[in-house]
Amino acid sequence: MIRARVLIRPKAGILDPQGEAVQRALPALGFAGVANVHIGRLVELDVEDAAQLESMCEKLLANPLVEDYEIQVGE
Amino acid sequence: MRRSLAPQMKFGVLQFPGSCDEVDALEAARRVGDAELLWHAERDLKGADAIVVPGGFSYGDYLRAGAIARFAPAMESVIDFAGDGGLVLGICNGFQVLCEARLLPGALLPNANRRFTFRQVELEVLNSGGSFTHGCALGERLSIPAKHSWGRYYADEETLAAMDRAGQLVLRYAEGENFNGSMHDIAGVSNERGNVFGLMPHPEHAVDELIGGSTDGLKIFESMRMTVEGVHA
Repeated sequence: MIRARVLIRPKAGILDPQGEAVQRALPALGFAGVANVHIGRLVELDVEDAAQLESMCEKLLANPLVEDYEIQVGE
Repeated sequence: MRRSLAPQMKFGVLQFPGSCDEVDALEAARRVGDAELLWHAERDLKGADAIVVPGGFSYGDYLRAGAIARFAPAMESVIDFAGDGGLVLGICNGFQVLCEARLLPGALLPNANRRFTFRQVELEVLNSGGSFTHGCALGERLSIPAKHSWGRYYADEETLAAMDRAGQLVLRYAEGENFNGSMHDIAGVSNERGNVFGLMPHPEHAVDELIGGSTDGLKIFESMRMTVEGVHA
């Protein structure tokens, strides 16, 4: 079994209100110098065939219309 | 007016674990024809003449709203049914499911106002020639409740331009009503063929004056009946 990780991010250029909310919250808590905050999703899974990960992303794990995904394989 | 020898048309209303508006959709459809609930795990559409994919939180909105529901056995049948030209109406979560299933272009994203919002909205009819709105007049305003946190319609500009040319932009939020940030204030779209239609607001919640004071939602169900029965306004 191979350990895999998929990072799913909103596509650049599409409004990310969650990211904006966090970007506003951080300075309010005293953290200065924060920009370009975006919220995504992490999927971690064990797979037997890492070659299937791309297809899993295209079909279910991400919506390729509005999300980018990054596959990381192994520890 | 109904042809006296014609049997009543039948709506099939899908029901997923987590759906919550399927019963209101069933009751709304019953004001216009016969209707039956269709359980997600079954492929049989029970002879439905038109399908309604209802609102709610199918599969808890896990991963993405509608992402899992699109693979339900019932949805496999609905995809075939739509391919054969059958009428499919997606309401709210149903709209999300239809976009995920690629029966409709585009995607629904979290509301720009970052809030679950439940309020009556005014919609404008941009296309009154289709199967779901030919009971409405062009430019007519419909008063229908919206109830969602993930309803911002998105498609890239090229796709939107093509949809516009093809008459697929069917409903738009009237001025000042677009709380979710949908591109070009789009509230409801159809596919190119015109047999699949999705909208974020809930027509099934606007069928009785006792509740909310608007029966504008009935026009969509009535338009579907007219299409199925071959009667056009």
